[in-house]
Amino acid sequence: MSFYDSWSALMIGTIAGFILVFTALIAARIFGPFASERGKGVSYECGMLPIGSRWAQVNVRYYLIAILFLIFDVEAVFIFPWAVTFVRQAEEFGMFVFYEMLVFIAVLVLGLGYAWRRGVLEWK
Amino acid sequence: MDGSGPVVAFWLLAAVTLVAAGGVLVSRNLLHAVLFLILAFIGVAGHFVLLSAEFLAMAQVIIYVGAISVLLLFAILLTPRAGRDNGETKAFPVGALLAVALAAVFLFVINDTNWKTVSESPALAPEALGEALLTSWVLPFEIASVLLTAALVGSIMLARTAEEEAEDALA
Repeated sequence: MSFYDSWSALMIGTIAGFILVFTALIAARIFGPFASERGKGVSYECGMLPIGSRWAQVNVRYYLIAILFLIFDVEAVFIFPWAVTFVRQAEEFGMFVFYEMLVFIAVLVLGLGYAWRRGVLEWK
Repeated sequence: MDGSGPVVAFWLLAAVTLVAAGGVLVSRNLLHAVLFLILAFIGVAGHFVLLSAEFLAMAQVIIYVGAISVLLLFAILLTPRAGRDNGETKAFPVGALLAVALAAVFLFVINDTNWKTVSESPALAPEALGEALLTSWVLPFEIASVLLTAALVGSIMLARTAEEEAEDALA
C-alpha cells in the first residue's frame, strides 16, 4: 500500500473538516441577525447583577485528575508497542516479556493506590 | 512516496504549524494561546506522518494534543492572575534574549548537520520500538514507570490542602 492510499483519506478529511467549520462560522456571521442592546450583555434577565471579576479559580482537584490522566496516557503509549510485538517476543523469551510489563504496570498501580488513599479520586 | 502530494502536504502543514506558533506568541489571552499551541502540536504530528513515523505521530496526538494541553488549560485556570491581559511583561527582554540565543544554536546545528536523503524510509514501526523496549532497553523502560509514579506522588504532595499538610507533619 502506497503512502497515498493510507493517508490521503485523512488529509481530505482534515481539509473538509476545516472547510465545514469555517463556512459554518462565516455563514453565521453573514446571515445571522445582530442586535446590540444594553440588556443583551447582562448575565441574567432578572435578579441581581453579578459583581466582581468574572475570573473564578477552579479547584486544584481538576489538575490532579488531569495529571492522573496524563500519566496513564503515557503508560498506554508504552503498552502499545509492547502489545504489537508481544506474541513474537514471547516465543523467544517466554514469560519474561509478560513479567516486564507486569512490573511496569505494578509500579504505576502503586502510584494509583497512593492517589486513592489520599482521596484524590473522591470528590469532596 | 511519489508525486507532488507529500510536497503539498509538507507546505500546508508547515504553514499551519507556523501560523499556529505565531498565534501563540501574539494572542493576548492565554487560553487562546493554548488553543493555538494545540494546533501547532497537530501540525507537528502531521510532519511526523510525512517522515513515516506514524507511531510517533500517534503518540504526539495522544500525549500532547490529548493530555498536555488539558494540563496546560487547567494550569491557566488555576492561576488567579492568568486571566488578565497578557500584553506587557517585565520578562520580555530576557525572553527575547533567550529566543535569539536559541535561534542561533538551532541555525548552527542545522548548518552543521550533514543532511542526506535516503531512498527508502527507515523502519520506525511500533514492532521495532516494542522489541527495543523489551530487549536492550528494559531497565530504562522500567525506570520510566518509576519516574511516572514519582511525578504522580509529587503532584499529589504539592496539591494538598493546609489540613492535609498538618496531618503529614504529624505522621
